[in-house]
Amino acid sequence: MKHNLYIQDVSLRDGMHPIQHQYTRDQIKDIAIGLDKAKVDAIEISHGDGLCGGSFNYGFGAHTDWEWLEGIAELLNHAKLTTLLIPGIGTIEDLKRARDLGVESVRVATHSTEADISAQHIEAAREMGMDVSGFLMMAHMNDPKGLAEQAKLMESYGAHCVYVTDSAGALLMNEVRDRIKAFKDILRAETEIGIHCHHNLSFGVANTIVAMEEGANRLDASLAGMGAGAGNCPLEVLIAVLNKMKAEHNADLFQLMDMADDVIRPLQQRPVQVDRETLSLGYSGVYSSFLLHSERAAKKYGLDTRTILNELGRRKMVGGQEDMIIDVALDLVNSK
Amino acid sequence: MTKVKVAIIGSGNIGTDLMIKIMRNSDYLEMSAMVGIDVNSEGLARAQRMGYVTTAKGLGGLVEMPEWDEIKIIFDATSAKAHYHNWAIVEKCADKTMIDLTPAAIGPYLIPTVNFDAGHNVRNVNMVTCGGQATIPMVAAVNRITKVHYGEIVASIASKSAGAGTRANIDEFTATTAKAIEKVGGADKGKALIILNPAEPPVVMRDTVFTLSEQADREAIKASIHKMVHEVQAYVPGYNLHQEVQFDDIPEDKPVFIEDLGYRYGLKTTILLQVRGAGHYLPEYAGNLDIMTSAAMRTGEKLVKENF
Repeated sequence: MKHNLYIQDVSLRDGMHPIQHQYTRDQIKDIAIGLDKAKVDAIEISHGDGLCGGSFNYGFGAHTDWEWLEGIAELLNHAKLTTLLIPGIGTIEDLKRARDLGVESVRVATHSTEADISAQHIEAAREMGMDVSGFLMMAHMNDPKGLAEQAKLMESYGAHCVYVTDSAGALLMNEVRDRIKAFKDILRAETEIGIHCHHNLSFGVANTIVAMEEGANRLDASLAGMGAGAGNCPLEVLIAVLNKMKAEHNADLFQLMDMADDVIRPLQQRPVQVDRETLSLGYSGVYSSFLLHSERAAKKYGLDTRTILNELGRRKMVGGQEDMIIDVALDLVNSK
Repeated sequence: MTKVKVAIIGSGNIGTDLMIKIMRNSDYLEMSAMVGIDVNSEGLARAQRMGYVTTAKGLGGLVEMPEWDEIKIIFDATSAKAHYHNWAIVEKCADKTMIDLTPAAIGPYLIPTVNFDAGHNVRNVNMVTCGGQATIPMVAAVNRITKVHYGEIVASIASKSAGAGTRANIDEFTATTAKAIEKVGGADKGKALIILNPAEPPVVMRDTVFTLSEQADREAIKASIHKMVHEVQAYVPGYNLHQEVQFDDIPEDKPVFIEDLGYRYGLKTTILLQVRGAGHYLPEYAGNLDIMTSAAMRTGEKLVKENF
């Protein structure tokens, strides 16, 4: 069964991280309209850590998710309005509220070994008539077969699609290939496969294409890579590559290039790029969203950000454990 | 004095750990029956080996047995959904009291070091959640010094210590814990986050508490927190501050935007805890089991001291 390519923009969700969840409502609205005009298939909007991620642990947003989402669905002609839900942070009640604001698609995210905590949420999304995907984060922390078994669980709960989510930007190209192949082997033909990359090892585009070659059809990207760590697969670059490959999709390259350079890059207070800190995320296998929190802790406690990131990787911290950054920093200070 | 007979519903991780605690440590409670729904459950097999009454037919199965009459306290370690059903049965028996270890929370929330009297004269008390038992004492410790506007907790537990019930109750965990941070901890607004970490060897339970409060004497807050840690240690010896208490100013010109509260500023207090279990059923990484079952057992003992 051949599925059409489906390009989902994450600039307004993963892209929350580099600006500490501070998009204004007007920025969200303008960017969403631009993406819709450029015929991106889906636009994800929420706090960087999903619905109700606003907190001391992850950073408080400039607005609530409801304020960001309100009025957007009505403005879209082509793109689906989507959101992210991480069980343990957001709840089914929150998802209902998003659905009532016009969100028609959701990704339910768990760590790569904990798919079974998404059962309630995926089932609830299906009952609400939503398009729903499973989103297996930190995919490098489970082997291809193990990850595929987790994907199978999400499929069994009702997911239309399951993603290999390389939250740490740590996967090499063959490692992406093996994971998508393992999904293909075990999932039903009608279940779609998605890929979500981070650019920490500069593989954002390459890994997305490798996944596509192995049968992934839902591709995540963001304008100018606007996302955690060194960013996501840059959307405009991905579209250029897809054009050169003569792959069928709906998006308009020049419009996206203009948005990336004229709208998004000026917003990036900290450049979203591969540098010693973001490279360390990919190198140590650390959740990309830890970046700014670790930089802050390094400054406060007089440490090198890389030392903190390496230690977090060594301790096998998973997504969501931002509180352990302070803990690691204090341990490093105390051991000096 | 003679011990009071108790039953445990739910033969999973929590129920089995509680059974072992009561058997080994309680001067007031006598383990009588273990109720499950899975004939092949390890917890039921263990209870049987220890010579306790067992049934795999749920609470309905126990009601049919002669031992039911003598049982006065029933611990429910199933799920929120099952607890509604179980309480419907127990509610009709005026001589029996339920201690609810699920997030169903039909009865009042009870955190031993904060509101131990909540169980007085009620027949159903709720033990909140493992994360709530570990963190709400800290929110209350800050709140007894200065007004807490917002309390947020992050509970990280080892994947291996999260049984089927916990996994199917993630939403109930966050909702119940958040409500109890407000009702028992004293915060205007509570928020709870839970994370499962699959690392091997398993990670010891960690809990982080953030509060945003009115500015106050930091030494007084610190002292209150240390005192509360000692109080919890009285029944969970593995409960510890993993780092010294951290303080940050949230200045008035750079407030944080908190859903339902709006812009707030003041003193941010960060409390990093570690909860090492007693290693009764699961190894000591499972502090989440220990703090829940220790609080429940203590509550059961208090009921006995007061009512029998």
